[in-house]
Amino acid sequence: MTQVDTETELSTISDQGNASKFSFGVLQFPGSNSDQDCVNAIEVLGHEAHYVWHKEESLGHLDAVLVPGGFSYGDYLRAGAIARFSPVMRALADFAENGGLVLGVCNGFQILCEAGLLPGALILNRSLQFRSEFVHLSTVNSDTPFTKAIPADQLMRVPIAHGEGCYFADGSTLNEMESHGQILWKYATAQGDVEDHANPNGSVHGIAGVCNKAGNVAALMPHPERACQEAIGSADGQWIFRSLIEHLKDAK
Amino acid sequence: MMVPVRFEWQIMKVKIIITPKKAVLDPQGQAVLNALEHMGYDGVKDVHVGRFLELELSGDKASMESRIEEACHRFLSNPVIEDYRVEWEE
Amino acid sequence: MSDPKITPELIRQHNLTDEEYQLILKQLGREPNITELGIFSVMWSEHCSYKNTRSLLKGFPTRSSNVLVPAGEENAGVIDIGDGLAVAFKIESHNHPSAVEPFQGATTGVGGIIRDIFTMGARPICAVNSLRFGKLDSPEVRRLFRGVVAGIGHYGNCFGIPTVAGEVYFDESYEGNPLVNAFSLGVLRHEQIARGAAQGIGNPVFYVGPATGRDGLAGAAFASQDLTEESAEQQRGAVQVGDPFMEKLCMEACLELLATGAVAGIQDMGAAGLTCSTCETAARGGTGIEIELDKVPQRGPGMSPYEIMLSESQERMLIIVHKGREDDVKRIFDKWDLPWAEIGFVTDTGQMVVKHHGEVVADLPAAKLADEAPIYHREAIEPEYLKETRGLDLHSIQDTTDVEGDLHALMAWPTIASKNWVYRQYDYTVRNGTMVHPGSDAAVIRVKPDSLPVLSEDSPNRDVIPPEKYLAMSVDGNGAYVYLDPYEGGKIAVAEAARNLACSGAVPLGTTDNLNFGNPHNPELFWQLKEAVRGLADACTYFEAPVTGGNVSLYNQNPKGAIDPTPTVAMVGLIEDPSHITTQWFKNEGDVILLIGESLDSDDPYQGLGGSAYLKVRHGLKKGLPPRCDLTVEKNIHNALRGWIAQGAIQSAHDCSEGGLAVALGECCISGESARHTPHLIGAEIQLKRAEQDRLDALLFGETQGRIIISVPSVFVGKITGQAEVMNIPVEKIGTVGGKTLSIVVDKHQFDWDLSKLHDAWFNSIDQIMES
Repeated sequence: MTQVDTETELSTISDQGNASKFSFGVLQFPGSNSDQDCVNAIEVLGHEAHYVWHKEESLGHLDAVLVPGGFSYGDYLRAGAIARFSPVMRALADFAENGGLVLGVCNGFQILCEAGLLPGALILNRSLQFRSEFVHLSTVNSDTPFTKAIPADQLMRVPIAHGEGCYFADGSTLNEMESHGQILWKYATAQGDVEDHANPNGSVHGIAGVCNKAGNVAALMPHPERACQEAIGSADGQWIFRSLIEHLKDAK
Repeated sequence: MMVPVRFEWQIMKVKIIITPKKAVLDPQGQAVLNALEHMGYDGVKDVHVGRFLELELSGDKASMESRIEEACHRFLSNPVIEDYRVEWEE
Repeated sequence: MSDPKITPELIRQHNLTDEEYQLILKQLGREPNITELGIFSVMWSEHCSYKNTRSLLKGFPTRSSNVLVPAGEENAGVIDIGDGLAVAFKIESHNHPSAVEPFQGATTGVGGIIRDIFTMGARPICAVNSLRFGKLDSPEVRRLFRGVVAGIGHYGNCFGIPTVAGEVYFDESYEGNPLVNAFSLGVLRHEQIARGAAQGIGNPVFYVGPATGRDGLAGAAFASQDLTEESAEQQRGAVQVGDPFMEKLCMEACLELLATGAVAGIQDMGAAGLTCSTCETAARGGTGIEIELDKVPQRGPGMSPYEIMLSESQERMLIIVHKGREDDVKRIFDKWDLPWAEIGFVTDTGQMVVKHHGEVVADLPAAKLADEAPIYHREAIEPEYLKETRGLDLHSIQDTTDVEGDLHALMAWPTIASKNWVYRQYDYTVRNGTMVHPGSDAAVIRVKPDSLPVLSEDSPNRDVIPPEKYLAMSVDGNGAYVYLDPYEGGKIAVAEAARNLACSGAVPLGTTDNLNFGNPHNPELFWQLKEAVRGLADACTYFEAPVTGGNVSLYNQNPKGAIDPTPTVAMVGLIEDPSHITTQWFKNEGDVILLIGESLDSDDPYQGLGGSAYLKVRHGLKKGLPPRCDLTVEKNIHNALRGWIAQGAIQSAHDCSEGGLAVALGECCISGESARHTPHLIGAEIQLKRAEQDRLDALLFGETQGRIIISVPSVFVGKITGQAEVMNIPVEKIGTVGGKTLSIVVDKHQFDWDLSKLHDAWFNSIDQIMES
């Protein structure tokens, strides 16, 4: 399979010089800790990112919203269970209802599931331990705003860092998700095989990330915002943000 | 027909027991089961690890009952992966 | 209700001697009450006053042109890193609580050190830890190990900083007495340095953080009020429970508050929370403080003044605020939904006055409490056991006949084996700053503009974007060496840290140390402490890495006696350019492998085997003298290596430590990894020269100091060997990178190891023990 040299490929894309900057909102809950990483990732790509405090009732004018990782509310009761009732989540639900692009990462995935904006739920890692390591992701559906820029057969090497990252959905939900192309990414080996031993947390079918039926809300447990520069280990996460940016450009 | 509404103001405790749905993998339950087996506790066939909440309430029992059910369903448990049951104590 | 009478029994229960009590009487001019006795007992404990070790610690170098806040002045030292930026860092222990409750002991250890960093006005950006446990065959040790690692992970991960480096040693001497030394580093601009002094007469004193409970109290009966059934229930001292979520909110709120300029002084409530913080801030400010305990948020009813003052409930801060700026505190702490309370004010009396229900329950001189604890010069006598350990005759030990088995055994030995079982439980990527992940010689973190705390609105530097900085960190400390020769072992702990930094391309900036020793009243154990400190001090001075602060933990012992004396040294260095960042594993087939340093020290009667892992693992001995550490040789080698790194010549650098040359070579071949289950195994063909008197086991596994393995593209070899000759540094080609095995040829013997088998033994050793 062809592995594109990520940094070269991406720098080529960035040279296509589009003057307009898109505006990404990054939600901030008490206990979010990857909010800064999300802002960092967007800025590295030359666009704007703004924090949106959880008590805000309106998102303002944003092109897309990121729901970041961390331990919102200490993961008390269940990860994401309390954050989903924050005032800003009502605004987010409206934004999503109107077709706005939403990407959740890690705790963001947990919050979006708790809020019912995505199907399924995240439970304790099968190992019962926190897992922090780099994994390979294989893209299952390249025809979404979150995956359209990812080259065919491109594996993405990104870090995970979670204790409750095991994705669960019951049989009928999974069937429906599969038939609507809602499974976006799966854990794979370095050779691209989706195998049990590449699965770091026991997620059903090795699922790492999903989207809703309408295809505008997505989330994944791995951290693409922590893989946007080779200097810190990998730039492969940029493909996901590039996809969003490309989708926004196409929509203009 | 007029149904008299009895408004009873009480102090109550409610216990909420939340358990993982049978269909959901319960690695914690598995780990505890294995440990018990290793420790020599024969006859333990299965273990499920869940959550326990105890709420102290004051108010009208009838309306509290439906409010608590709603809270359980909406917030205290996650219906995708959990079942719950409620035990009232006066 | 009346206070209990002060009896000799009560004084003893408070760990105060009769002489110390007499000193208290003299300082006060009267008898203390029970609350005051409790306050003295805590301020004059070893932990707060360093009364047994202060005279020794004076020997540490604490100044350099980079030091902005030296050791001893504040909660953590601060060092300049250029361009108006600085770092605050420190290491601290939480050994005894971790033996009781490993998870919570470890979490609160991490929480405590993080608070020491942000109380200086710095944003904590990483954590490191150094751990010691007994042997892993014991289920009890496994329980402690599992709990401590889970606790460290829980706190760091939830708080949101990467835990990027560490070390773990397993040895029977730590049985029942694990060592948990937690380090944190934070960054700030010079103008943001915050002090813990109660400045400004009349300024209000605020308490921020959760309510005070009975955490950390022994539940002694004399501390109680009228004992009812309910209060008896609550009497039982609670284990301190850490809440990293609360601490994260607290830190954000404190940094935001500091940026408003409303803060006159800030101090975290650590050991004996309210007592230490009020006393120390008043002493530093040369002022007094008055607080009313009724205003202190309390978790349960009926807490006595004694309990409130001595409680160790976590995540609380004491903030002295400029009069008129109270609203800033309220606004910011309400934003973060954090409890706060105005509990007192700064006075000019120099006294620490504590009121309860309006009545004075303690009235003590703050400066005397904080600074005039007795200082002891304990007796030091060279231990008897050294006669035995130094009596080791190397000739009585047969040279190895199973080199292949030796290397496998050493690589699988938990102290040497890969620690991935540990660090895969630590988030090491959060904050996008980690440039070298756990697994190399030192961690490397970058400081970028968003790492810094928010600047105040009227700062002249608001529009100045500082350049990125690159910091390397390593923590080291071989207890066996210190046991066998404390002075040499102390020197080596520092030299090894400096060597690890050099291997990453960094220049040492400063050091923080945690001294983990036994009972100081035992002259032999005190001698160990004295000599080790002397070694540490000499080496820190030589490497120009002043000690910025640290911690002393005494009375550590296992059922059979004292632990191996274990100073852990955490060193922080600066890397000039990101292109200098160097890692441990071999990179390219065809690169030439060079050894910097003498392979054997001809003056060492033990040929580097004294105190070695090889001697322990293959012969069950902890004897001999550790290898000699020549500071001049070390420094020259580190400087040379940095020079070659700057020239772009070095592909990889790894120092020889536990397990010697063969283990280091093995690690270079197998430690590279790009993702889960994706190691990069790369072989090497090695040829070693051996003099007649050199033992084979010493050549391969001896731990002679001052040696670094580098891999270099062949075009650079001539340049390096030429420059080395001019600098009088031994450098020799020992092999080439390539192939699917590690192959070492000595004389006519060839030893081979299959890389996947070696990797499996090394990588999965601890996992197999813990997960079976």
